[in-house]
Amino acid sequence: MTAAFPPRPAACPACAVAPAAEALAKADDPTEARLLLSLPTIHCAGCISAVERGLAAEPGVRSARVNLTLKRVSVEAEPDVTAAGLIAVLDRLGYEAHELDPGMLSATATDKAGRDILMRLAVAGFAMMNVMLLSVAVWSGAADATRDLFHWVSAAIALPTIAFSAQPFFRNAWGALAAKRLNMDVPISLAILLAAGMSLYEVTQSGAHAYFDAALSLTFFLLAGRYLDHRTRAVARSAAEELAALEVPRALKITDTGEQTVSIAELAVGDIVRVKPGARVPVDGVITDGQSEIDRSLLTGESLPAFAGAGTVVCAGEVNLTGPLSVRVTAAGEDSSLHRMADLVAMAESARNRYTSLADRAARIYAPGVHLLSLFAFIGWLVQSGGDVRLALNIAVAVLIITCPCALGLAVPAVTTAASGRLFKRGMLIKDGTALERLAEVDTVVFDKTGTLTLGAPEATNLGDHPRRELEVALALAAGSAHPLAAALADAARRAGIQPARVTDVHEVPGYGVEGTWAGETVRFGRAGWLGAEPGRNTAAWLRIGAAAPIEFTFADSLRPGAEEAVRALRAQGKAVHLISGDAEGPVADMAARLGIENWVAGALPADKAARVRALGDAGHRVLMVGDGLNDTAALTAAYVSVSPATALDAARVASDIVLLGADLAPLAEAAVTAKKATRRIKENFTIAALYNMIAVPIALLGFATPLAAALAMSASSISVSLNALRLRS
Amino acid sequence: MQILVYLIPISLFLGGLGLAAFFWALRSRQFDDPEGDSRRILSDDWDDQPRP
Repeated sequence: MTAAFPPRPAACPACAVAPAAEALAKADDPTEARLLLSLPTIHCAGCISAVERGLAAEPGVRSARVNLTLKRVSVEAEPDVTAAGLIAVLDRLGYEAHELDPGMLSATATDKAGRDILMRLAVAGFAMMNVMLLSVAVWSGAADATRDLFHWVSAAIALPTIAFSAQPFFRNAWGALAAKRLNMDVPISLAILLAAGMSLYEVTQSGAHAYFDAALSLTFFLLAGRYLDHRTRAVARSAAEELAALEVPRALKITDTGEQTVSIAELAVGDIVRVKPGARVPVDGVITDGQSEIDRSLLTGESLPAFAGAGTVVCAGEVNLTGPLSVRVTAAGEDSSLHRMADLVAMAESARNRYTSLADRAARIYAPGVHLLSLFAFIGWLVQSGGDVRLALNIAVAVLIITCPCALGLAVPAVTTAASGRLFKRGMLIKDGTALERLAEVDTVVFDKTGTLTLGAPEATNLGDHPRRELEVALALAAGSAHPLAAALADAARRAGIQPARVTDVHEVPGYGVEGTWAGETVRFGRAGWLGAEPGRNTAAWLRIGAAAPIEFTFADSLRPGAEEAVRALRAQGKAVHLISGDAEGPVADMAARLGIENWVAGALPADKAARVRALGDAGHRVLMVGDGLNDTAALTAAYVSVSPATALDAARVASDIVLLGADLAPLAEAAVTAKKATRRIKENFTIAALYNMIAVPIALLGFATPLAAALAMSASSISVSLNALRLRS
Repeated sequence: MQILVYLIPISLFLGGLGLAAFFWALRSRQFDDPEGDSRRILSDDWDDQPRP
């Protein structure tokens, strides 16, 4: 029977079952959508199969593949499958998901660089092991022709390897020298080249000492440090790109033929775009048609939505709440507030980076020191031996090899890799290489309120004060609206077991509220001004039944999970906590009292916030700023180190050093502890490296260093530095 | 000692075999998702959509 089947590749039983090969063949087909979703909460084997099975069960999805390391899933689907649909599916499965723009993720480029270094590392490791083994024979006393044979074989392995593997160092060193500077790569390249060149000369002269193994292990350990460094940066970079890609900029343009979804880049001044209720305003413009309320909290920090009608000016980033709006574009491309955001960020980046990292400070002392020391050894021995260049050069090379910053090259990357890996698991992304070092020095923490300490979603607070009859009417009206206050009230009333009253003719009056008829009377639920009520100091919506006096429903912003723990833990660590918000005094005072924050400021303008943060900095404090809105961007850049949640606006996320990936604020306090530990480990590593040098340098200077001693000192210091860094993981 | 003439090339060849295997693994993208792959092996789902 089996003979009747057509032959199939035996190594791929799955190909026989699934049309994987067909899918591959269609990969270039333009009729296919490739979607990329970020899944910040997946963590286990169960999650992988749940997500893949859930997505594969969707009609139109051809295949879904989770990458757990990068916490994202790539989906190949029919062109009519949208990311929003898949996000809803994942939400039902219990996973938070965000759309990523595959075009903006140049992951392949960083991937290639990473693989390139890994390849060089593998070649160096292979060659090092072989030459070490060959050297064992020499160290244990091989002499004459045998020693020469082993040396020649070593040279044959080492020289091509160095030519291939050490290229990144040579290139960097050449770049630095061409710019008349000194960096870490100059002593590294010099040591590798001198060691290899001198060893080759010794071998041709049948000399006793060849440093091929030292040159190779130097290359290997330093490449390992380089690779770790690259990986941490690549993860941070791709994640930063990923976050920039979170909001895929599209707009609904109204044309003669109807509505059309276009990218923001294609819009021109004068175009009319439609903004649906619940959507973010994509451009700067003026409302031409429609009435609604808009939420400006991301830009100004106000928690109360504002009225918007024809003629109101809107900015990119605001959220339209109740009615559809038509907006005439007033600024597109370079003039839009999007571009102004980019300017803000560019300004931020030039103002930052005044901080010199520990590694740079070490290198600045180290690089000239190494050169001077080996030059000193060379001249000293030249004088001492009466002009024996070969001996003097031998000793100078030994000094250069032994002092070479092998352990120093590993000291910082090993620690930052371990620390950022640990924080990534807790949902924090370190975007800047020196952020950990700066975070460790923080003594003052400044929080923004709306969107940072709160989720930006309201919560009804005084349901218990109202009679049941009013609550039933309010629920019936609120259920008919998508406005956040109405949705919050409806949700709270339903949870309290309230049944909606029989209100007929419910309709939304965009920009004002909801209106209906109940028991022959007009009932209204909405803004204070619309109902003839005096607005209070809290966020509120009002209900009026017939001609009766309006009653007030108050709301407070719901607290972000972990906010209380984070504030408490930061205070327990002895840090001063401040709250600076652009919101009105009432909600800010309530929030400060709730969290026990004594220093708070309400109604702060963006420039105000930045000025206060800068004033704290000038007073000698190291300020950590936590914020999410456009109004925080300047303050985030003015702070010593800054954190923003993943829900923050692009500009704020770009301006901050650390991004919180989940909704929880609690990891913040732990991050401060981890950062302190990491800085301590870095300093310990420098001490270890310095100790090895202190022992080894005098030996080398006195001319007692053999290739064996060099190999031992180098491997031992590198390994102890790496092990010390790994202690951070637990 | 003549045996070294054979042994050294043989040992280098065997080491080179390991290096070639590593290159193959690198090029066939086996290091793209180390964490996911280490968990996937424990899942008892029939993986009918293997990575291309």
